[in-house]
Amino acid sequence: MRRSAAAVFGVLGGLFIGAAFIRRRTAHVERADLYFEDGSMLSLTNGSPGAERLLPLARQVISRARPS
Amino acid sequence: MDAQQALADLTEISSQIQAAVVFDDKGKVAGSTHSDGEEFARVAGDLLAAAEELKTGASALTQLEIATGDGSVFVVRDGKSTIAATTAPQPTSGLVFYDLKSALRSVKPKPRPRRAPAAQKPAAKKAPPKKKPAAPRARKKPDAP
Repeated sequence: MRRSAAAVFGVLGGLFIGAAFIRRRTAHVERADLYFEDGSMLSLTNGSPGAERLLPLARQVISRARPS
Repeated sequence: MDAQQALADLTEISSQIQAAVVFDDKGKVAGSTHSDGEEFARVAGDLLAAAEELKTGASALTQLEIATGDGSVFVVRDGKSTIAATTAPQPTSGLVFYDLKSALRSVKPKPRPRRAPAAQKPAAKKAPPKKKPAAPRARKKPDAP
């Protein structure tokens, strides 16, 4: 009885930790989503050549927009 | 609506938006929440131009979202008008896009009133339809069978 309860708790704990880890990772992903007139969309994640170009510009926009 | 007023309404409605600027395709600023709107519009225009270069098809870029660790940048374009805004990290993207589109729509200039139509000639009075002369009735002879 104790063993099975411990196993259930172990599995649940593992799931919780895994979900928290995935959520933490995805939350910090830097990305650029471009939407076009025909309804298509292009998503560029950090590391792709397009994102490497856009992300520094976006950081520049954010820093300029901050109240001086 | 005035662009400045539209941006004031936008920042009041959306707590996620930190700064926003409206500018045209030539970079002329129509309104900004930032003291240096020109510079804000310039870097946002540079970002839009860089994003335009990445497009693969013939379709025009209408909106973009770039998420960074410091915050997100949103740009929405409608015709010649463009609105750019910055938010804190992890915003509700759909809601921000909706608010930006609404603001941009309200900024759009009203269409010019049409010219008053030239004085039209009074329609010629319709002549009352002439009564057709009644067809001569075939009279039956009273003594006819």
